[in-house]
Amino acid sequence: MINKIIKTPAEAVAEVFDGAVIMISGFGEAGSPIELIHALIDQGAKDLTIVSNNTGSGHVGLASLIEHRRVKKMICSFPRTANSTVFPELYTKGEIELELVPQGTLAERIRAGGAGIPAFYTPTSVDTPLAEGKESRIFNNKEYVMEYGIKADFSFVKCQAADRYGNLIYNKTARNFGPVMCTAATTTIVQARKVVELGEIDPECVVTPGIFVQKVVEVSNPADESKLVAENRRYPW
Amino acid sequence: MVEKEMIKGWDKNEMAQKAALDIPNGAYVNLGIGMPELVAGFVPEGREVIYHTENGLLGMGPSPEPGKEDPELINAGKKNVTAIKGACYFHHADSFTMIRGQHLDICVLGALQVSGQGDLANWSTGAKDAIPAVGGAMDLVAGVKTIYVITKHITKNGDPKIVEKCTYPLTGKKVVDRIYTNYAIIDVTEKGLFVKEMAPGVDFDFLQKHTGAKLNRY
Repeated sequence: MINKIIKTPAEAVAEVFDGAVIMISGFGEAGSPIELIHALIDQGAKDLTIVSNNTGSGHVGLASLIEHRRVKKMICSFPRTANSTVFPELYTKGEIELELVPQGTLAERIRAGGAGIPAFYTPTSVDTPLAEGKESRIFNNKEYVMEYGIKADFSFVKCQAADRYGNLIYNKTARNFGPVMCTAATTTIVQARKVVELGEIDPECVVTPGIFVQKVVEVSNPADESKLVAENRRYPW
Repeated sequence: MVEKEMIKGWDKNEMAQKAALDIPNGAYVNLGIGMPELVAGFVPEGREVIYHTENGLLGMGPSPEPGKEDPELINAGKKNVTAIKGACYFHHADSFTMIRGQHLDICVLGALQVSGQGDLANWSTGAKDAIPAVGGAMDLVAGVKTIYVITKHITKNGDPKIVEKCTYPLTGKKVVDRIYTNYAIIDVTEKGLFVKEMAPGVDFDFLQKHTGAKLNRY
């Protein structure tokens, strides 16, 4: 029997090792797997490279992981958002690395990583500082920059519902990077609001096919990050 | 000249309205954060326009009523929004397939500087202590068919934002098609900048004086 359901976030993240590359879904708080991130803080892995669109808010979730000095490098498109102070402070002090990637290039690099494509050419960032030092090539009289696919050791993803095969559906704009990140990691760990029986998700509506998912943990009442930030909460509580 | 320096031109709602009039029925449109968001409020009745937000929604509607906010239904500025009937959600790689693959018709963006050739700088001032952040701006200007910029004509210090050559880091080269400012609407063409319309009280000499690149009359 195939059963990818894991009982707790702690068990789900237990195998994360020092120096791992981890993709974390979410666009701001929407889709951010905050319970998995908190379990990782408890677990203690360090020297991590994190691939995520932002760098978290306040002192919870991804911002807390960074604040605990577990992250060596961020690969992201927009490291400063409202209520984001942890990353900017460390970056200004030169205590965390940043690889800034245009958002669409970030999504495509992850997609390519998951699809077995080592590199690709894109029109995005041509003639800008973000193309400096990168290979480029002319196709049909237009210049394109070469970008590499990204793979990860782990992806942490939040979804709406999952079954024991790892088939997933998402909720509204919380989908964002989740589906591509599921494809690009050796081990994809998902927190689902609800674990459902096989067949309950219409096969026509499956967004992430179960083959891309290794572990699923049910978190039925995930924390609302903006509320935690508004209350100035810090993890660990 | 002193009173001429006081010219305010169009206010931001009027600027947004000018841009909205140029959005045709049936267009797929991405609106940047800030002033561009105002454009949606002025599209004339009878035109059906579909708004794209790069975090994965086609068919973005207005802000929700108080109390109906959903933290998992937001726009690229991370503000709460709604989804219209007929909307759809998708992941980021598909969203940027729409953008980079030239499926979107119009993008309206803000600017720090625009050059006479249509180069756009809108993501960084290049200041050494700044935290660089780019988001989807470079993808949008590289891929969306028509790029409109909506911006104040001059900075708070009175410097022109339309310049011969951008001094801030570029978002994209030769990407802007039309500029809506509080003073004028200016087309960027192969032959240079052409003034399409001027705000009440603005004349060509005044406009040129506050523009860092050569302007042409149609």
